[in-house]
Formats: sequence, C-alpha cells, structure tokens
Amino acid sequence: MTPEIGYALTAVALALALYGAGAAAIGARRGHPALIQSSQHAALGVFVLIAAAMLLLVYAFLTFDFSVRYVAMNTNRGTPFYYRITALWGALEGSIILWSWMLSLYTLLVILRYRTRQPEFYPWVLSVMLGILAFFLLVMTIPAPPFQRLTPIPPDGRGLNPLLEDTGMITHPVALYLGFTGFTVPFAFAMAALITGRIGDEWLTATRRWTIVAWYFLSLGLLIGGWWSYHVLGWGGYWAWDPVENAAFMPWLTGTAFLHSVMIQERRRILKLWNLTLIILTFGLTIFGTFLTRSGILSSVHSFTQGAIGAFFLGFIALVLLGAFGLVAARGDRLKAQGELDSILSRESAFLLNNLFLVAAAFTVFFGTVFPLLSEAVRGVKVSVGAPFFNLVNIPIFLALIFLMGVGPLIAWRRASRENLRRNFLWPVAVGVAAAAVFRLLGVANALALLCFGLVVFVTATILMDFYRATRAKLLSGERLLPAMGGLVIRQNRRYGGFVVHLGILVIALGVFGSNAWSIQTETTLGRGEAFQIGGYHVRFDGLAASEESNHFKVTGTFTVANNGHRLAVMYPAKKFYPQEQTPIAYVDYLMGLREDLYLVLGDFARDGSQATIKVQVNRMVTLIWIGGLILTLGAALAVLPDRKKA
Amino acid sequence: MAARPVWESHAEVGSDASERGLGPRNPPGGGIGRGAKPPSEGIWRWGKWAIPLAVVPLLILLAYGFRTDPRAIPSPLVGRAAAPFSITLFSGGSLSLDELKGKVVVVNFWASWCYPACYEEAPGLERGWRAYRDRGVVVVGVDIQDTEEAARKFMRQFSLTFPNGPDPAGRISVDYGVYGVPETFFIDRSGRIRKKHVGAVTEAVFTGEVERLLKEPS
Repeated sequence: MTPEIGYALTAVALALALYGAGAAAIGARRGHPALIQSSQHAALGVFVLIAAAMLLLVYAFLTFDFSVRYVAMNTNRGTPFYYRITALWGALEGSIILWSWMLSLYTLLVILRYRTRQPEFYPWVLSVMLGILAFFLLVMTIPAPPFQRLTPIPPDGRGLNPLLEDTGMITHPVALYLGFTGFTVPFAFAMAALITGRIGDEWLTATRRWTIVAWYFLSLGLLIGGWWSYHVLGWGGYWAWDPVENAAFMPWLTGTAFLHSVMIQERRRILKLWNLTLIILTFGLTIFGTFLTRSGILSSVHSFTQGAIGAFFLGFIALVLLGAFGLVAARGDRLKAQGELDSILSRESAFLLNNLFLVAAAFTVFFGTVFPLLSEAVRGVKVSVGAPFFNLVNIPIFLALIFLMGVGPLIAWRRASRENLRRNFLWPVAVGVAAAAVFRLLGVANALALLCFGLVVFVTATILMDFYRATRAKLLSGERLLPAMGGLVIRQNRRYGGFVVHLGILVIALGVFGSNAWSIQTETTLGRGEAFQIGGYHVRFDGLAASEESNHFKVTGTFTVANNGHRLAVMYPAKKFYPQEQTPIAYVDYLMGLREDLYLVLGDFARDGSQATIKVQVNRMVTLIWIGGLILTLGAALAVLPDRKKA
Repeated sequence: MAARPVWESHAEVGSDASERGLGPRNPPGGGIGRGAKPPSEGIWRWGKWAIPLAVVPLLILLAYGFRTDPRAIPSPLVGRAAAPFSITLFSGGSLSLDELKGKVVVVNFWASWCYPACYEEAPGLERGWRAYRDRGVVVVGVDIQDTEEAARKFMRQFSLTFPNGPDPAGRISVDYGVYGVPETFFIDRSGRIRKKHVGAVTEAVFTGEVERLLKEPS
C-alpha cells in the first residue's frame, strides 16, 4: 500500500497548492480576507502532506520496502542505517520531495512572519510561492513520482550510488537546496511588487534577511560540495567546472550581485530595474540548475537520470522568465530611477562595477556551460568546455572583485573627495603593495599569486582600519575596549557581518590561489617495504589487507608516513568494490594541516599484496577554504541578527 | 550630466531627498508623477519588451538540447575494423568474430547487475535475434564483470537464445572501449564497426540499424 498512499499524499498536496495559489490571488484582487485565510490553511496542509510523504518514504527506506521503485533503486539490504535515510535525496525523485518540503517550510515561515504585515504584498507572495510549489508537486505526480509501485517486488534493491555514501552527502544537498529554495522568497516578493505596482524598496527591505539566509546556505552547499569532491572523488581537487557545479555557482554569482545592489537602491533609489532583473535571474538560475542536472541535455558526472522531466522544467523556466520579465516590461514606466550616478569615484559605482563583474562571471560560466549545446546546434560539432576556459576568464574577474571588496565599503557615497580617498585607502594600498613585495622577497615568483596576496592584504587592511577607527572613536568617548568593540559589532551587525563574510571570502581566495599555485603530486609503484619522498614526506608501503564490508568489498593499503625522520602517521587509503558498480571507488586517506594536506589515493595493486601503485599529493593551503567557510558562517549569522538600532 | 549606466531608465523624476536613505518612501501604488515627456519615451515603450523577448532564443536552444544525446559520444572505433575476439559460450562451445564474416553482427555488452537498462533491452534483443537470424544477422552477448550464476539466471529470466558468453579478463570490453553497460556495437558484413549505442537498445534502433546494414552489398 505504501506506494499508493504516498502517491495520494502528493496528489492531494498538488490540488491544495493549486487551490491555495488561486485563492490567495483572487482574495488579493477582490479583497476577500477569507479567501486569503483559506489559502493559508491550504499552505499549512501542503506542508503537512509533503512532510508525511517524506516520512513515509524514509520509513519505506528503513524497512527495505522494495515495492516502492525508488527504494529498490537506491538501497539494498547492505546499505548502512544513516545512508538509508539520506538515500531519500540520493536521486531525482526524492530530491524533488526534499525540495518541495523546504519550499513549503519557507512558505510557512513567510505566513508566520507576514500574516499581519505587508498586507498589500503578502497575499501575492503567498500565491506565487504556492504556485511554484504546485509546479514541484506536479513534477512529483507526473514525470518523476517518488512513489511508484515496482512489480514484482525484487528480493533486494540495486543499492545507493556508492559515491553518495559519505557524510558530505548528508549535508551538501540539504544546504544547497535550502539555498536554492530560499531565493524563492525574495523572488516571490519581487513578483508581488510588480503585480501590485508598489515597486519601491519595501520588497527589498522585507526580503533582505531572507536573501542573506538563502545566499548563506547556497555558499555552504557549494563549500560542502567542494569538500565532498575533495575527500571522496580522489582527484585531489574541490572544483572541476562541471556543468552541475556551474549550475549551482551561477545563482550564487547573481545572488551575490543582488545582495550588493539592493544596498544601492535602498540608499540611492536607483537600479530598480536592475534589482528586479537580478532576482529573476537568480531564481531562474536555481530552476535552470535543476533542469541541467536532471534533463540529461548536458553530459556531467552528476546527471544520473533523464526523461520527461526535462520538458516540464523547460516549460516552467519559460513560464518564469517570460512571465516575470513580461511583468517587468509591463511595469516599465514605474521603474524609473529617482537618483542618478554622480561620479565614477563613488560607492555607487564601486558597487555597480562589482555587479557588472559578478554578472559577467555568471555569464561566462553560463556561456561555457551551454556552449557544447550551442556548438552542436550551430555547427554540429560536439565539444566540451573545460577548466582552462573557465579559469582563464574568471581569474581576472575574481581578482577585480577582490579589489572592489576593499574599495566598496569605504569609499564615499555620491562623489569621493580626494581627502576621503587618501584617508581610507592610502595605508591599505601601501600595506598591500608592501606585502606583495615581501612575498616576492620570500621567493614567491608566481605573479598571479603575488597579485592575489597583495589584494587580500589590501582588503584586510581596509577592514581592520575601519574597525580600528570606529573603536578608537568609541574609546575617545569614554567606553572601554571590549564593550566598545562588541557594541560596534552588535549595533552595526549588518555592516560588520558583511565585513566578516568578506574576510571569509578572502581566506577562501587564498586557499584557492595557493592550492592552484603550489600543490604537487606524483604517482609511483612501490614494492612492500619500499618508500619514496615527496615534498619532505617519506612514504613507505607496508602491505595490503582485504575485508568484506556490509555492502562492498574493500582492499586497504597500509602506508607509514614520516617527516624529517619523525614518524607522523600510518595511513590507510583503500579501494572499495561495489557489486552494482563496474569501477572500484577510491577511498582517500589524508592528513590535514593548516599549511598543507598529505593526500593518498590507492591505485592498482598486485593481488598478493607485493606491490601497489599510489598517487600522492601534497595539497597546499586547501584547509584555508574550509576555514574560510567557517568565517563566512559567522559573518552571515551576524548579518541576519535583528537590527538593534531601532530597538 | 554624469555618467549613467544603460540599464537605468532615462527619466529623472522626483527629487533626491533620499541621499541619506531617509527620504519618503514611494507613494502607494508606486505612481511617480510624470514630468516633462522625455524624448526617448517611444523607444522605452517598445524597447521594454526586448527584455522578455531576449529569453526566447535561450529557450529555443534548451529545447534543442532534448533532440541531442550527450551520451552519443562518437566512438573513434566507428568506421574501423572490429577487433577480433573469441568467446566461450555459456551454452558450451565457443564463437569467434572471424567465423561471422559476411554477416551483420550485433555485439551487446551487458551484466546481470545492470539494472534497469540491461533488463529493459534484453527482451527486444531476443526478439531481434529471432526475427533476423535467418537473414544473416548474429547477436552476440558479452557478459562483463559478473558471476556465472547471476548471468545464467538473467538469461533464463529473459529466455535468451542468442550466443552469450563471459569476458572474464575484461579483454573484449577493453578492446571495444566499453565504459559502461549496456553498450552495443553494430558490425557490418565486412567486419567494420558502424555504430556504437550507449544505454539500452530499443527495438527501433536495433531494427533500423540492422536493416540499413543488411541493405548494403557485402
């Protein structure tokens, strides 16, 4: 019965969502509060139904109910307990449930917060969100139903994709989807603003925190994805410009642009059209990301499924983009700016440049991602666009963005005076140049790395100097040091939260540039007892052992690692053989350090354990990326704190 | 007048009381008083629809994507002579590609653990074999990375009668550049690989390809 009950739950949820979307719209148009109330109840019902469906699927996973096709496809009796729960989002159909559930959760939160506020926007926001939710429920009922009966019931399932048996897979999709679905809230407010014609900054102010939350989760999802790639895939990298990675990166870029440009509109009343465009693009790109992953139109390591779902998503993308931009066009006369750009040397133009670069980066990533499709359509030639293209065009853009990160927050609004520039930038520029010179003297020859380091130091200096000046002003007015610093950060949480996020991004940038510039690797075959040297490490092969795990067979190598004669560790890289997979899965072992990681991947081996091929990498500064992620988390948390100024 | 970015609409309306972000909010309804009619009004009226229209080519491109198959990667083997192999059949005896010269050969790489694709294509392959075996077509199954027991069970389940054998050292699959199952190669009468199909073979693909190769003079 499980498949039928589950299917019924999703079908009823679809009906309710459609009703709720319609009721809220009609209620708003005709001014019937009862209809809006009814729509709220529908939204609550949708949330409960999706949650029930999700729990039912988890239950089916835990009890190995192979009458549900999705369960049979994504687990077998050997799948460990936790991965039976996370198998829920191990493939398309379950991911859509998770996605819809989060969306319904956001809808519920919006109801709780705005039920009594924003009376003009709120019903339309509700209607738009329920409409989007209805689309995902439609996907769950027609092209990709998670509840589908499998007959005859197989004795055992196919098993989870072994690459997904990892702790990263518990958190990566959850964070990513919270980010993706989170952008629905500002998008829905933008649509409500366009529909009602109230295109001031109300919709921006209302959605500021939602945007930060969505942006943060998306960043976290990307970082955890990089972490997963680094320690599971065994190629020693964290980012490969794979179409699906790009699909998540593009909304991050436009979302980041949006996060910054709203400040300009709040302050200067310009860029209204631009902000609407950015949020529409960001939301559109989150849907486009799912489309890319799941439609099978591009070749990627991530796309496991294809089918009718592509057509559904394409239709939805068409509806979203044509509908939203159509509304923008129809409201064009109300989008006129109330201010204008006064000078190129101003905060506005620094932010504008930041926006241009971010959107340019998003565009190049987009272009590189769909170029294979374009090439095939126009010239009939299959090509693939790889990392060299993306790195070539994006590195200069990101360096420029880092530079602007230092300029934007300190340069004056409207028109920067010579005094303003001297006061805010003389020292940081000097420190940055000096730092680059010191690094050069220390033997860093890579020009790109020098530029990057110089810029990072420059930006850090601007942030520290700003904080130092503000603290000093407080001290002069008689406050003590710690209360003064704490008070600043808490009272101006938005500003300092932003600064902390910037610091996190700087640390990540150092990690990215450092690991690209200085990592080394080698591959060698060792007999038992033999050793070799790399980057000061002495790695000795001690033998192989085989073991039978619950759902796979594992061959583990033992390697003793020493550094300058000190025994550091015994490392156990392994290869896992899953019956459902043709190729073995590498199990990486690594020693993490602040400066560098030692990273071992077991290659081929002799069956008798007499010799093994081992890939050894010394990956420099990769840890900074994860540390940067933690700093970013702190900053985002600070930025979403309620404003204290008014309290 | 200072530099003004292109995405900003043209008209300057209202005062700039918002300098400190403290100015009055937009009036309800967003209506902004119309000042003197700026010269570019007409362009804006029609030009604004360019934004939604700009989306259309993109949608067309994406729709085109459905017509292509990213998995249909052209194999460098297509057009070349098929690598010779000989295989020990599950039914006993052996079969080598050399013996099949002059026939159209369909080599199908499969495995019992390859669910669902191999399960989807098996009945169609068997029907194709029965329909064309008298017209000079041979279907050869190559079972890779499998246990004999599971493979025999699979063949019983679909009552497979075409010649089928294991590839114990993976030699045949390496020669044919197989990187996943199922993959199917169509070999013409002169022993040349003419098509590589990745994923489950549908009966339409099978029939179409076999008919095409049969029409060619040997």
